[in-house]
Amino acid sequence: MRRLLNVRPSSGARFLLGFLPLLALALLYLAASSIRHAENPSEKILPTVGAMADQARIMALQVDPQTGAIPLWQDTGASLRRLGLGLSIATATTLILGLLIGVLPLARAGLGPLIAGIAVIPPIAVLPILFITFGLGETAKIVLIVVGVTPFMIRDLAGHIAAIPEEQIVKAQTLGASSWQIALRVALPQAMPRLLESLRLSLGPAWVFLISAEAIASDVGLGYRIFLVRRYLAMDIILPYVAWTALLAVAFDLILLTLSRRAYPWAHSARTR
Amino acid sequence: MSDILSFDRVWVEYGDKIVLEQVSLSVAEGAFVSIVGPSGAGKSTFLRLTLGQERPTRGAIQLDGRPLRPEPGRDRGVVFQRYSVFPHLNAIENVLFGLDCEGSRFSGRLWGQKRRAARATAEAMLVQVGLGGALEVYPAQLSGGMQQRLAIAQALVMRPRILLLDEPFGALDPGVRLDMHGLITSLWREHQLTILMVTHDIKEAFKLGTRVLAFDKRRHDPQAPNRYGSVVVYDFPLDHKGTTAVPAELETLAERPET
Repeated sequence: MRRLLNVRPSSGARFLLGFLPLLALALLYLAASSIRHAENPSEKILPTVGAMADQARIMALQVDPQTGAIPLWQDTGASLRRLGLGLSIATATTLILGLLIGVLPLARAGLGPLIAGIAVIPPIAVLPILFITFGLGETAKIVLIVVGVTPFMIRDLAGHIAAIPEEQIVKAQTLGASSWQIALRVALPQAMPRLLESLRLSLGPAWVFLISAEAIASDVGLGYRIFLVRRYLAMDIILPYVAWTALLAVAFDLILLTLSRRAYPWAHSARTR
Repeated sequence: MSDILSFDRVWVEYGDKIVLEQVSLSVAEGAFVSIVGPSGAGKSTFLRLTLGQERPTRGAIQLDGRPLRPEPGRDRGVVFQRYSVFPHLNAIENVLFGLDCEGSRFSGRLWGQKRRAARATAEAMLVQVGLGGALEVYPAQLSGGMQQRLAIAQALVMRPRILLLDEPFGALDPGVRLDMHGLITSLWREHQLTILMVTHDIKEAFKLGTRVLAFDKRRHDPQAPNRYGSVVVYDFPLDHKGTTAVPAELETLAERPET
Protein backbone atom coordinates (compact mmCIF):
# COMPACT_ATOMS: atom_id res chain seq x y z
CA MET A 1 0.00 0.00 0.00
CA ARG A 2 1.10 3.55 -0.75
CA ARG A 3 2.50 5.53 2.15
CA LEU A 4 0.18 8.24 3.39
CA LEU A 5 2.79 10.92 2.78
CA ASN A 6 2.90 10.03 -0.91
CA VAL A 7 -0.80 10.63 -1.44
CA ARG A 8 -1.03 14.02 -3.14
CA PRO A 9 -4.40 15.65 -3.80
CA SER A 10 -5.16 16.94 -7.32
CA SER A 11 -5.77 20.65 -7.64
CA GLY A 12 -9.54 20.19 -7.54
CA ALA A 13 -9.35 17.95 -4.50
CA ARG A 14 -6.97 20.39 -2.84
CA PHE A 15 -9.49 23.19 -3.29
CA LEU A 16 -12.25 21.03 -1.87
CA LEU A 17 -10.12 19.91 1.07
CA GLY A 18 -9.27 23.51 1.88
CA PHE A 19 -12.91 24.55 1.60
CA LEU A 20 -14.34 21.79 3.83
CA PRO A 21 -13.01 22.99 7.22
CA LEU A 22 -14.21 26.52 6.47
CA LEU A 23 -17.65 25.20 5.58
CA ALA A 24 -17.72 23.01 8.70
CA LEU A 25 -16.80 25.98 10.88
CA ALA A 26 -19.52 28.15 9.31
CA LEU A 27 -22.16 25.42 9.76
CA LEU A 28 -21.06 24.87 13.35
CA TYR A 29 -21.46 28.58 14.03
CA LEU A 30 -24.87 28.75 12.41
CA ALA A 31 -26.07 25.75 14.38
CA ALA A 32 -24.74 27.03 17.70
CA SER A 33 -26.15 30.49 17.02
CA SER A 34 -29.63 29.24 16.19
CA ILE A 35 -29.69 26.93 19.22
CA ARG A 36 -28.80 29.78 21.53
CA HIS A 37 -31.28 32.11 19.89
CA ALA A 38 -34.03 29.51 20.29
CA GLU A 39 -33.30 29.48 24.04
CA ASN A 40 -32.84 33.22 24.41
CA PRO A 41 -34.05 35.66 21.73
CA SER A 42 -31.85 38.51 23.10
CA GLU A 43 -28.70 36.38 22.83
CA LYS A 44 -25.60 38.54 22.07
CA ILE A 45 -22.57 36.20 22.14
CA LEU A 46 -23.30 34.39 18.88
CA PRO A 47 -25.23 36.91 16.77
CA THR A 48 -27.11 35.74 13.69
CA VAL A 49 -25.75 36.38 10.24
CA GLY A 50 -28.62 38.78 9.63
CA ALA A 51 -27.78 40.82 12.72
CA MET A 52 -24.11 41.01 11.73
CA ALA A 53 -25.03 42.08 8.19
CA ASP A 54 -27.30 44.81 9.58
CA GLN A 55 -24.59 46.15 11.87
CA ALA A 56 -21.98 45.94 9.12
CA ARG A 57 -24.25 47.95 6.84
CA ILE A 58 -24.71 50.58 9.53
CA MET A 59 -20.97 50.81 10.26
CA ALA A 60 -19.97 50.86 6.60
CA LEU A 61 -22.66 53.08 5.11
CA GLN A 62 -24.15 55.41 7.73
CA VAL A 63 -22.60 58.64 8.88
CA ASP A 64 -22.13 58.75 12.63
CA PRO A 65 -23.82 62.04 13.67
CA GLN A 66 -21.35 62.53 16.55
CA THR A 67 -18.21 62.49 14.38
CA GLY A 68 -19.68 63.31 10.99
CA ALA A 69 -17.86 60.35 9.43
CA ILE A 70 -18.67 56.77 8.47
CA PRO A 71 -17.13 54.67 11.27
CA LEU A 72 -15.76 51.73 9.26
CA TRP A 73 -13.98 53.89 6.71
CA GLN A 74 -12.74 56.33 9.32
CA ASP A 75 -11.36 53.47 11.41
CA THR A 76 -9.85 51.72 8.39
CA GLY A 77 -8.22 54.93 7.16
CA ALA A 78 -6.68 55.71 10.55
CA SER A 79 -5.43 52.14 11.09
CA LEU A 80 -3.97 51.78 7.61
CA ARG A 81 -2.24 55.14 7.89
CA ARG A 82 -0.54 54.01 11.11
CA LEU A 83 0.26 50.59 9.69
CA GLY A 84 1.56 52.04 6.42
CA LEU A 85 3.75 54.63 8.07
CA GLY A 86 5.11 52.16 10.60
CA LEU A 87 5.90 49.50 8.03
CA SER A 88 7.40 52.03 5.60
CA ILE A 89 9.77 53.32 8.24
CA ALA A 90 10.58 49.74 9.30
CA THR A 91 11.27 48.66 5.70
CA ALA A 92 13.47 51.65 4.90
CA THR A 93 15.46 51.21 8.12
CA THR A 94 15.80 47.49 7.43
CA LEU A 95 17.08 48.08 3.94
CA ILE A 96 19.80 50.49 5.04
CA LEU A 97 20.93 48.69 8.22
CA GLY A 98 20.46 45.20 6.78
CA LEU A 99 22.65 46.04 3.78
CA LEU A 100 25.31 47.62 5.97
CA ILE A 101 25.41 44.69 8.40
CA GLY A 102 25.16 42.07 5.67
CA VAL A 103 27.88 43.51 3.46
CA LEU A 104 30.39 45.03 5.86
CA PRO A 105 31.96 42.89 8.62
CA LEU A 106 32.82 46.14 10.42
CA ALA A 107 29.15 47.14 10.60
CA ARG A 108 28.22 43.60 11.63
CA ALA A 109 30.67 43.75 14.54
CA GLY A 110 29.45 47.21 15.58
CA LEU A 111 25.68 46.94 15.18
CA GLY A 112 24.96 43.19 15.38
CA PRO A 113 24.87 42.85 19.18
CA LEU A 114 22.77 46.03 19.60
CA ILE A 115 20.11 44.79 17.19
CA ALA A 116 20.15 41.30 18.68
CA GLY A 117 19.64 42.94 22.09
CA ILE A 118 16.70 45.06 20.96
CA ALA A 119 15.14 42.07 19.21
CA VAL A 120 14.72 40.11 22.46
CA ILE A 121 12.75 42.88 24.23
CA PRO A 122 8.98 42.19 24.01
CA PRO A 123 7.69 45.29 22.15
CA ILE A 124 4.47 45.54 24.15
CA ALA A 125 6.58 45.87 27.29
CA VAL A 126 8.06 49.09 25.97
CA LEU A 127 4.66 50.53 25.02
CA PRO A 128 4.37 52.46 28.31
CA ILE A 129 7.79 53.95 27.64
CA LEU A 130 6.62 55.00 24.20
CA PHE A 131 3.42 56.55 25.56
CA ILE A 132 5.43 58.47 28.18
CA THR A 133 8.02 59.58 25.64
CA PHE A 134 5.86 60.37 22.63
CA GLY A 135 2.52 61.06 24.28
CA LEU A 136 -0.73 59.29 23.47
CA GLY A 137 -0.90 60.54 19.86
CA GLU A 138 -0.07 58.91 16.56
CA THR A 139 3.71 58.84 17.07
CA ALA A 140 3.70 56.27 19.87
CA LYS A 141 1.53 53.86 17.85
CA ILE A 142 3.71 54.14 14.77
CA VAL A 143 6.89 53.79 16.81
CA LEU A 144 5.50 50.65 18.46
CA ILE A 145 5.07 49.02 15.03
CA VAL A 146 8.56 50.11 13.99
CA VAL A 147 10.18 48.87 17.22
CA GLY A 148 8.18 45.67 17.05
CA VAL A 149 9.06 44.49 13.56
CA THR A 150 12.33 46.20 12.55
CA PRO A 151 14.88 44.21 14.59
CA PHE A 152 13.51 40.93 13.25
CA MET A 153 13.49 42.24 9.69
CA ILE A 154 17.05 43.58 9.95
CA ARG A 155 18.39 40.31 11.29
CA ASP A 156 16.58 38.33 8.63
CA LEU A 157 17.82 40.53 5.80
CA ALA A 158 21.40 40.81 7.08
CA GLY A 159 21.53 37.03 7.47
CA HIS A 160 20.26 36.55 3.95
CA ILE A 161 22.81 38.97 2.49
CA ALA A 162 25.65 37.45 4.50
CA ALA A 163 24.65 34.06 3.06
CA ILE A 164 25.28 35.16 -0.54
CA PRO A 165 27.99 32.73 -1.66
CA GLU A 166 31.51 34.01 -1.06
CA GLU A 167 32.29 33.10 -4.67
CA GLN A 168 29.92 35.79 -5.95
CA ILE A 169 31.48 38.47 -3.79
CA VAL A 170 35.00 37.45 -4.84
CA LYS A 171 33.92 37.31 -8.47
CA ALA A 172 32.50 40.83 -8.25
CA GLN A 173 35.79 42.06 -6.84
CA THR A 174 37.75 40.44 -9.66
CA LEU A 175 35.46 42.31 -12.05
CA GLY A 176 36.60 45.55 -10.41
CA ALA A 177 33.56 46.29 -8.24
CA SER A 178 34.06 48.50 -5.17
CA SER A 179 32.36 47.90 -1.80
CA TRP A 180 29.66 50.40 -2.79
CA GLN A 181 29.12 48.79 -6.18
CA ILE A 182 28.90 45.33 -4.62
CA ALA A 183 26.33 46.60 -2.11
CA LEU A 184 24.34 48.33 -4.84
CA ARG A 185 24.50 45.79 -7.65
CA VAL A 186 25.08 42.41 -5.98
CA ALA A 187 23.63 42.60 -2.45
CA LEU A 188 20.72 45.04 -2.92
CA PRO A 189 18.93 43.30 -5.82
CA GLN A 190 19.30 39.91 -4.16
CA ALA A 191 18.04 41.37 -0.88
CA MET A 192 14.86 42.88 -2.34
CA PRO A 193 12.76 39.71 -2.76
CA ARG A 194 13.76 38.63 0.74
CA LEU A 195 12.84 42.05 2.11
CA LEU A 196 9.36 41.76 0.59
CA GLU A 197 9.03 38.26 2.02
CA SER A 198 10.09 39.41 5.45
CA LEU A 199 7.64 42.32 5.18
CA ARG A 200 4.88 39.80 4.45
CA LEU A 201 5.84 37.82 7.55
CA SER A 202 5.95 41.03 9.61
CA LEU A 203 2.42 42.05 8.66
CA GLY A 204 0.99 39.69 11.30
CA PRO A 205 2.99 41.09 14.23
CA ALA A 206 2.49 44.64 12.91
CA TRP A 207 -1.31 44.19 13.12
CA VAL A 208 -0.95 42.85 16.67
CA PHE A 209 1.03 45.92 17.74
CA LEU A 210 -1.38 48.27 15.96
CA ILE A 211 -4.51 46.78 17.55
CA SER A 212 -2.84 46.73 20.98
CA ALA A 213 -1.83 50.37 20.79
CA GLU A 214 -5.26 51.38 19.51
CA ALA A 215 -7.00 49.40 22.23
CA ILE A 216 -5.06 51.15 24.95
CA ALA A 217 -5.09 54.78 23.84
CA SER A 218 -6.93 56.00 20.77
CA ASP A 219 -10.16 57.58 19.60
CA VAL A 220 -10.28 56.10 16.12
CA GLY A 221 -9.06 52.91 14.45
CA LEU A 222 -10.12 49.31 13.92
CA GLY A 223 -8.62 48.19 17.24
CA TYR A 224 -10.19 51.13 19.04
CA ARG A 225 -13.65 50.28 17.69
CA ILE A 226 -13.41 46.59 18.56
CA PHE A 227 -12.39 47.33 22.12
CA LEU A 228 -14.97 50.10 22.45
CA VAL A 229 -18.00 48.01 21.46
CA ARG A 230 -16.71 45.12 23.59
CA ARG A 231 -18.18 47.02 26.56
CA TYR A 232 -21.64 46.44 25.12
CA LEU A 233 -20.92 42.82 24.17
CA ALA A 234 -21.58 43.93 20.58
CA MET A 235 -20.38 40.77 18.92
CA ASP A 236 -22.45 41.70 15.87
CA ILE A 237 -19.97 44.58 15.30
CA ILE A 238 -16.82 42.88 16.55
CA LEU A 239 -17.09 39.86 14.26
CA PRO A 240 -17.54 41.83 11.00
CA TYR A 241 -14.66 44.09 12.05
CA VAL A 242 -12.40 41.10 12.68
CA ALA A 243 -13.40 39.61 9.32
CA TRP A 244 -12.66 42.93 7.60
CA THR A 245 -9.24 43.11 9.29
CA ALA A 246 -8.46 39.58 8.17
CA LEU A 247 -9.50 40.46 4.62
CA LEU A 248 -7.20 43.48 4.61
CA ALA A 249 -4.30 41.34 5.87
CA VAL A 250 -4.84 38.73 3.15
CA ALA A 251 -5.06 41.47 0.51
CA PHE A 252 -1.74 43.04 1.55
CA ASP A 253 -0.09 39.64 1.58
CA LEU A 254 -1.27 38.95 -1.97
CA ILE A 255 -0.24 42.40 -3.18
CA LEU A 256 3.28 41.97 -1.80
CA LEU A 257 3.59 38.48 -3.26
CA THR A 258 2.43 39.66 -6.69
CA LEU A 259 4.80 42.62 -6.54
CA SER A 260 7.72 40.36 -5.73
CA ARG A 261 6.86 37.92 -8.53
CA ARG A 262 6.54 40.74 -11.06
CA ALA A 263 9.64 42.66 -10.04
CA TYR A 264 11.98 39.75 -9.28
CA PRO A 265 10.99 36.84 -11.51
CA TRP A 266 14.49 35.33 -11.21
CA ALA A 267 14.01 34.82 -7.46
CA HIS A 268 10.76 32.94 -7.93
CA SER A 269 11.67 30.92 -11.01
CA ALA A 270 14.84 29.69 -9.31
CA ARG A 271 12.83 28.35 -6.42
CA THR A 272 10.36 26.38 -8.46
CA ARG A 273 13.06 24.64 -10.49
CA MET B 1 58.71 34.83 -22.13
CA SER B 2 58.76 36.84 -18.94
CA ASP B 3 57.38 35.77 -15.60
CA ILE B 4 53.99 37.13 -14.74
CA LEU B 5 53.55 35.60 -11.29
CA SER B 6 56.16 34.56 -8.77
CA PHE B 7 56.04 32.98 -5.34
CA ASP B 8 59.10 33.49 -3.17
CA ARG B 9 59.44 31.13 -0.18
CA VAL B 10 55.75 31.33 0.67
CA TRP B 11 54.48 29.71 3.89
CA VAL B 12 50.88 29.39 4.98
CA GLU B 13 50.16 28.33 8.55
CA TYR B 14 46.92 28.22 10.53
CA GLY B 15 48.14 28.11 14.11
CA ASP B 16 49.95 24.77 14.42
CA LYS B 17 48.78 23.54 11.06
CA ILE B 18 51.24 24.06 8.24
CA VAL B 19 49.50 24.11 4.88
CA LEU B 20 52.15 25.34 2.47
CA GLU B 21 55.83 25.03 3.20
CA GLN B 22 58.30 27.31 1.49
CA VAL B 23 56.72 27.32 -1.96
CA SER B 24 58.83 29.08 -4.57
CA LEU B 25 57.83 29.10 -8.21
CA SER B 26 57.24 31.41 -11.09
CA VAL B 27 54.75 31.31 -13.92
CA ALA B 28 55.63 32.51 -17.41
CA GLU B 29 53.28 34.77 -19.33
CA GLY B 30 51.07 32.76 -21.65
CA ALA B 31 51.40 29.53 -19.67
CA PHE B 32 48.48 27.18 -18.97
CA VAL B 33 49.38 25.76 -15.57
CA SER B 34 47.40 22.81 -14.25
CA ILE B 35 47.53 22.28 -10.51
CA VAL B 36 46.84 18.82 -9.13
CA GLY B 37 47.26 17.02 -5.83
CA PRO B 38 45.26 15.08 -3.25
CA SER B 39 42.60 16.79 -1.14
CA GLY B 40 44.08 18.92 1.59
CA ALA B 41 47.41 19.36 -0.24
CA GLY B 42 47.03 23.11 -0.48
CA LYS B 43 45.88 23.46 -4.11
CA SER B 44 42.99 25.66 -3.09
CA THR B 45 45.15 27.58 -0.65
CA PHE B 46 47.56 28.28 -3.51
CA LEU B 47 44.69 29.60 -5.60
CA ARG B 48 43.29 31.68 -2.73
CA LEU B 49 46.74 33.21 -2.24
CA THR B 50 46.92 34.17 -5.91
CA LEU B 51 43.41 35.53 -5.76
CA GLY B 52 44.28 37.60 -2.70
CA GLN B 53 41.60 35.99 -0.54
CA GLU B 54 44.34 34.92 1.82
CA ARG B 55 47.78 36.30 2.73
CA PRO B 56 50.93 34.23 3.12
CA THR B 57 52.18 33.84 6.69
CA ARG B 58 55.68 34.38 5.36
CA GLY B 59 57.17 35.00 1.96
CA ALA B 60 56.23 37.23 -0.94
CA ILE B 61 54.03 36.99 -4.01
CA GLN B 62 54.59 39.21 -7.01
CA LEU B 63 52.37 39.88 -9.99
CA ASP B 64 54.03 41.60 -12.94
CA GLY B 65 57.03 42.37 -10.75
CA ARG B 66 54.99 44.22 -8.13
CA PRO B 67 53.85 42.89 -4.75
CA LEU B 68 50.41 41.30 -5.13
CA ARG B 69 47.58 43.38 -3.68
CA PRO B 70 46.16 41.20 -0.88
CA GLU B 71 42.54 41.37 -2.03
CA PRO B 72 40.80 40.21 -5.20
CA GLY B 73 41.17 42.67 -8.04
CA ARG B 74 40.65 43.27 -11.74
CA ASP B 75 44.07 41.89 -12.74
CA ARG B 76 43.02 38.35 -11.72
CA GLY B 77 39.88 36.87 -13.22
CA VAL B 78 38.30 33.80 -11.68
CA VAL B 79 35.87 31.00 -12.46
CA PHE B 80 34.77 28.82 -9.55
CA GLN B 81 33.16 25.40 -9.73
CA ARG B 82 29.82 26.94 -8.73
CA TYR B 83 28.17 30.25 -7.82
CA SER B 84 30.38 32.42 -9.98
CA VAL B 85 27.58 34.11 -11.89
CA PHE B 86 24.98 36.48 -10.47
CA PRO B 87 21.56 34.82 -10.26
CA HIS B 88 19.67 38.13 -10.44
CA LEU B 89 21.22 39.20 -13.74
CA ASN B 90 20.60 37.63 -17.13
CA ALA B 91 23.49 36.47 -19.32
CA ILE B 92 24.30 39.77 -20.98
CA GLU B 93 23.87 41.71 -17.73
CA ASN B 94 26.28 39.29 -16.07
CA VAL B 95 28.92 40.04 -18.70
CA LEU B 96 28.15 43.76 -18.59
CA PHE B 97 28.65 43.85 -14.81
CA GLY B 98 32.41 44.48 -14.89
CA LEU B 99 32.13 47.05 -17.68
CA ASP B 100 29.34 48.80 -15.78
CA CYS B 101 31.44 49.00 -12.61
CA GLU B 102 34.42 50.28 -14.57
CA GLY B 103 32.45 52.95 -16.39
CA SER B 104 30.33 54.32 -13.57
CA ARG B 105 31.75 54.43 -10.09
CA PHE B 106 28.65 55.73 -8.38
CA SER B 107 25.63 54.13 -10.03
CA GLY B 108 27.47 51.03 -11.27
CA ARG B 109 25.54 51.29 -14.52
CA LEU B 110 26.34 52.66 -17.95
CA TRP B 111 23.89 54.72 -20.00
CA GLY B 112 23.40 55.83 -23.56
CA GLN B 113 26.24 55.59 -26.05
CA LYS B 114 28.66 54.01 -23.58
CA ARG B 115 26.11 51.36 -22.69
CA ARG B 116 25.54 50.46 -26.33
CA ALA B 117 29.30 50.10 -26.86
CA ALA B 118 29.67 47.96 -23.74
CA ARG B 119 26.69 45.86 -24.79
CA ALA B 120 28.29 45.17 -28.15
CA THR B 121 31.51 44.09 -26.43
CA ALA B 122 29.61 41.85 -24.03
CA GLU B 123 27.55 40.36 -26.82
CA ALA B 124 30.66 39.55 -28.86
CA MET B 125 32.15 37.85 -25.80
CA LEU B 126 29.02 35.76 -25.29
CA VAL B 127 29.02 34.74 -28.94
CA GLN B 128 32.64 33.60 -28.53
CA VAL B 129 31.74 31.26 -25.68
CA GLY B 130 28.73 29.94 -27.58
CA LEU B 131 25.99 31.79 -25.69
CA GLY B 132 25.02 34.11 -28.54
CA GLY B 133 21.50 32.69 -28.50
CA ALA B 134 20.91 33.08 -24.74
CA LEU B 135 21.58 36.76 -24.09
CA GLU B 136 18.49 37.44 -22.01
CA VAL B 137 18.37 34.13 -20.13
CA TYR B 138 18.82 34.00 -16.35
CA PRO B 139 21.47 31.63 -14.93
CA ALA B 140 18.85 29.43 -13.24
CA GLN B 141 17.57 28.51 -16.69
CA LEU B 142 21.05 27.66 -18.03
CA SER B 143 22.60 24.19 -17.77
CA GLY B 144 25.75 23.69 -15.69
CA GLY B 145 28.01 23.88 -18.74
CA MET B 146 26.32 27.01 -20.04
CA GLN B 147 26.67 28.66 -16.62
CA GLN B 148 30.42 27.98 -16.74
CA ARG B 149 30.59 29.43 -20.26
CA LEU B 150 28.88 32.52 -18.90
CA ALA B 151 31.28 32.72 -15.95
CA ILE B 152 34.24 32.51 -18.35
CA ALA B 153 32.82 35.24 -20.61
CA GLN B 154 32.13 37.42 -17.58
CA ALA B 155 35.76 37.12 -16.46
CA LEU B 156 37.38 37.45 -19.90
CA VAL B 157 35.53 40.59 -20.92
CA MET B 158 37.59 42.44 -18.30
CA ARG B 159 40.87 41.20 -19.89
CA PRO B 160 42.52 39.99 -16.67
CA ARG B 161 46.29 39.41 -16.55
CA ILE B 162 45.73 35.93 -15.15
CA LEU B 163 42.68 33.71 -15.32
CA LEU B 164 42.22 31.45 -12.28
CA LEU B 165 40.05 28.37 -12.68
CA ASP B 166 39.02 26.50 -9.51
CA GLU B 167 37.87 23.04 -10.64
CA PRO B 168 35.80 24.76 -13.31
CA PHE B 169 34.58 21.58 -14.99
CA GLY B 170 34.37 19.36 -11.91
CA ALA B 171 30.57 19.39 -11.71
CA LEU B 172 29.92 18.80 -15.43
CA ASP B 173 28.97 15.67 -17.39
CA PRO B 174 31.85 14.04 -19.32
CA GLY B 175 30.55 15.11 -22.75
CA VAL B 176 30.02 18.70 -21.67
CA ARG B 177 33.43 18.67 -20.05
CA LEU B 178 34.99 17.70 -23.37
CA ASP B 179 33.30 20.67 -25.09
CA MET B 180 34.56 22.96 -22.36
CA HIS B 181 38.13 21.68 -22.84
CA GLY B 182 37.91 22.71 -26.49
CA LEU B 183 36.47 26.09 -25.56
CA ILE B 184 39.03 26.98 -22.92
CA THR B 185 41.94 25.89 -25.13
CA SER B 186 40.77 28.03 -28.03
CA LEU B 187 40.10 31.03 -25.77
CA TRP B 188 43.53 30.60 -24.21
CA ARG B 189 45.18 30.72 -27.66
CA GLU B 190 43.03 33.52 -29.03
CA HIS B 191 43.34 35.88 -26.07
CA GLN B 192 46.92 34.82 -25.21
CA LEU B 193 45.82 34.17 -21.65
CA THR B 194 47.83 33.04 -18.68
CA ILE B 195 45.76 30.41 -16.91
CA LEU B 196 46.11 28.69 -13.53
CA MET B 197 43.69 25.79 -13.22
CA VAL B 198 43.13 23.66 -10.14
CA THR B 199 41.67 20.27 -11.01
CA HIS B 200 41.05 16.85 -9.50
CA ASP B 201 41.26 15.23 -12.89
CA ILE B 202 44.88 14.36 -13.72
CA LYS B 203 44.09 13.52 -17.33
CA GLU B 204 42.44 16.89 -17.75
CA ALA B 205 45.50 18.54 -16.20
CA PHE B 206 47.83 16.91 -18.72
CA LYS B 207 45.51 17.41 -21.66
CA LEU B 208 45.04 21.15 -21.19
CA GLY B 209 48.18 22.36 -19.42
CA THR B 210 51.54 23.50 -20.77
CA ARG B 211 52.83 22.78 -17.30
CA VAL B 212 51.57 20.59 -14.49
CA LEU B 213 52.25 21.38 -10.85
CA ALA B 214 51.55 18.69 -8.28
CA PHE B 215 51.17 19.73 -4.66
CA ASP B 216 51.65 17.20 -1.89
CA LYS B 217 53.20 16.84 1.52
CA ARG B 218 56.85 15.94 1.36
CA ARG B 219 56.69 13.97 4.60
CA HIS B 220 53.85 12.40 6.51
CA ASP B 221 54.09 12.04 10.28
CA PRO B 222 51.12 9.90 11.40
CA GLN B 223 51.53 11.25 14.94
CA ALA B 224 51.46 14.86 13.78
CA PRO B 225 49.71 15.12 10.43
CA ASN B 226 49.83 18.92 10.51
CA ARG B 227 53.53 19.14 11.22
CA TYR B 228 54.60 19.22 7.58
CA GLY B 229 53.12 21.45 4.90
CA SER B 230 52.76 20.85 1.18
CA VAL B 231 55.32 21.67 -1.43
CA VAL B 232 55.40 21.39 -5.20
CA VAL B 233 56.44 17.75 -5.55
CA TYR B 234 56.33 17.57 -9.35
CA ASP B 235 56.69 20.31 -11.91
CA PHE B 236 56.29 19.07 -15.49
CA PRO B 237 56.67 21.31 -18.49
CA LEU B 238 54.72 19.86 -21.42
CA ASP B 239 55.27 20.75 -25.04
CA HIS B 240 52.21 18.89 -26.37
CA LYS B 241 54.27 17.68 -29.33
CA GLY B 242 54.61 14.09 -28.24
CA THR B 243 52.11 12.10 -26.26
CA THR B 244 50.58 13.60 -23.20
CA ALA B 245 50.58 10.41 -21.20
CA VAL B 246 50.29 10.83 -17.47
CA PRO B 247 53.52 9.84 -15.72
CA ALA B 248 53.14 6.72 -13.61
CA GLU B 249 54.17 8.37 -10.35
CA LEU B 250 51.33 10.87 -10.74
CA GLU B 251 48.64 8.32 -11.56
CA THR B 252 48.29 7.45 -7.89
CA LEU B 253 48.64 10.97 -6.51
CA ALA B 254 45.06 12.11 -6.79
CA GLU B 255 43.59 8.85 -5.58
CA ARG B 256 45.49 8.70 -2.32
CA PRO B 257 43.13 9.27 0.59
CA GLU B 258 43.43 12.36 2.69
CA THR B 259 45.60 12.00 5.77
